[in-house]
Amino acid sequence: MNKRQTVELLHKDYIKQLTNQKRWVRFYQLIIFLVFFSGWEIASKKQWIDPLIFSAPSKVWVLFIKKVQDGSLMVDLGYTLSETVLGFILGTLLGTILAAILWWSPFLSKVLDPYLVILNAMPKVALGPILIVALGPSMTSIIAMGAIISIIITTIVVYTAFKEVDPNYLKVLQTFGATRSQCFKEAILPASFPTIISTLKVNVGLSWVGVIVGEFLVSSKGLGYMIIYGFQVFNFTLVLLSLLVIAVFATIMYQLVELLERKLIKSN
Amino acid sequence: MSFLKLEHIHHTYFTKTSATTALSDISLEVEEGEFISFLGPSGCGKTTLLSIIAGLFPATEGTILLENRSVNKSEKKIGYMLQQDYLFPWKTIEENILLGLKVSGIEEAAKKKYAFTLLEKMGLKGYDKQYPKQLSGGMRQRVALVRTLVTEPKLLMLDEPFSALDYQTKLRLEDLVSETLKTFGKTAILVTHDIGEAIAMSDRIFLFSARPGQIHKTFNVPKELRDLSPFQSRNHENYTQLFQEIWKELESLE
Ligand SMILES: Nc1ncnc2c1ncn2[C@@H]1O[C@H](COP(=O)(O)OP(=O)(O)OP(=O)(O)O)[C@@H](O)[C@H]1O
Ligand SMILES: [Mg+2]
Repeated sequence: MNKRQTVELLHKDYIKQLTNQKRWVRFYQLIIFLVFFSGWEIASKKQWIDPLIFSAPSKVWVLFIKKVQDGSLMVDLGYTLSETVLGFILGTLLGTILAAILWWSPFLSKVLDPYLVILNAMPKVALGPILIVALGPSMTSIIAMGAIISIIITTIVVYTAFKEVDPNYLKVLQTFGATRSQCFKEAILPASFPTIISTLKVNVGLSWVGVIVGEFLVSSKGLGYMIIYGFQVFNFTLVLLSLLVIAVFATIMYQLVELLERKLIKSN
Repeated sequence: MSFLKLEHIHHTYFTKTSATTALSDISLEVEEGEFISFLGPSGCGKTTLLSIIAGLFPATEGTILLENRSVNKSEKKIGYMLQQDYLFPWKTIEENILLGLKVSGIEEAAKKKYAFTLLEKMGLKGYDKQYPKQLSGGMRQRVALVRTLVTEPKLLMLDEPFSALDYQTKLRLEDLVSETLKTFGKTAILVTHDIGEAIAMSDRIFLFSARPGQIHKTFNVPKELRDLSPFQSRNHENYTQLFQEIWKELESLE
């Protein structure tokens, strides 16, 4: 057997090993899933845990089917999803724009520095009641919650990234007579793209927090309202259903951002 | 009338804790089409002087005249190639070399064609759709040179363009650059640590001393060497003689 064939064989072995390992990983992931839900079901049936509080997967499933059929789940999901997506986009966009303004004016950024620190340290959800009074108990104030929770941290992180761009790229542009806005467009923004994308990932999670808390407070519709309502009427099947739906959709949103990341960072 | 004229340039960098005088009383003149070199120890203010000539920041004192007028950044008469290539990693080679045209808003077909001609001349035909990280160090340096030449600057400044390259690539690029500049009749300033490179490439050599940066001595490269390509001139008998002379001066500085 010559050398090349040996290498090919070894490579095949290696690939086989990889797929094999992947299969085992998937297998154990499935096992965990099954054990969790069947354990939950059995524990609830046998009254090892209080079925009134912890419900059971079968009960959640029945409720899920019922709420899908009467359409009420879609309505609540629709509200929460659109609020989260809007809050997320607004938060990221405004945060980035603010960062650009700070980069534009070093003087302003020095002036605003301590205020940014204070705003960042403050727990944003504590602003909820004020927002609701100011904007009314509506979707607007919930979206504002979803956005406000991520604006400041986005501003700080993105502004830091802007500042850390190698000044020599700006020098190159300046020798061509570039204006400040050309410098921003050609060097600062594209060089900071990886950082902006990674703040997107953090902001997905933050926006969900903001929106759910907003819905707790406004208490009229959405998955957050489902949780609060279920809690008030002691229907924990409803609470758990809402939690599972949130988990699924938050994950999907996160995956979409990761997809976007792979598309955008390809060239770097 | 000289092409470029520096009169009594002083420069001091101020920071919170210190004031560093990088340049002290630099006066020199460069004729059109001349190739000159700045040679000197690290930290003697060579990069600082190029940045000032390029108009990136003003000198604390002194005047600079380019064709009898003070340097204006927006005129783009000066091409400045930095100490490293600084190609934009998120742009393709094509976008990189056209950057100067894009920024100054002159994206005419003829200029673009000129850019591709230069790229081909540098032996990089067909690389325009690739990204900088796919190229070797020597190739990147050549792309940076094309990027600098595309806007057709009247004065070209090169800050240690070959210092990061292996010896062979360096020799080859020296010839290429020298030939390119000669055909286009450009005036050029080269910064280098390498005595041999300074002799092989230039018409005149300014030797700088450090702390504060000053012109210590000027050397005229003999005519026989000037007419040769850098590679050939390294083998000429007069080369060794001038090398020794400059070497002794450098020694005396330390
Ligand atoms: N931005 C700056 N702030 C303060 N001091 C500076 C700054 N840039 C350069 N200096 C100082 O000015 C002096 C000259 O620096 P410069 O970079 O011009 O030297 P150089 O001759 O180009 O050196 P090298 O050959 O190592 O590139 C050095 O002492 C350096 O410490
Ligand atoms: Mg330098």
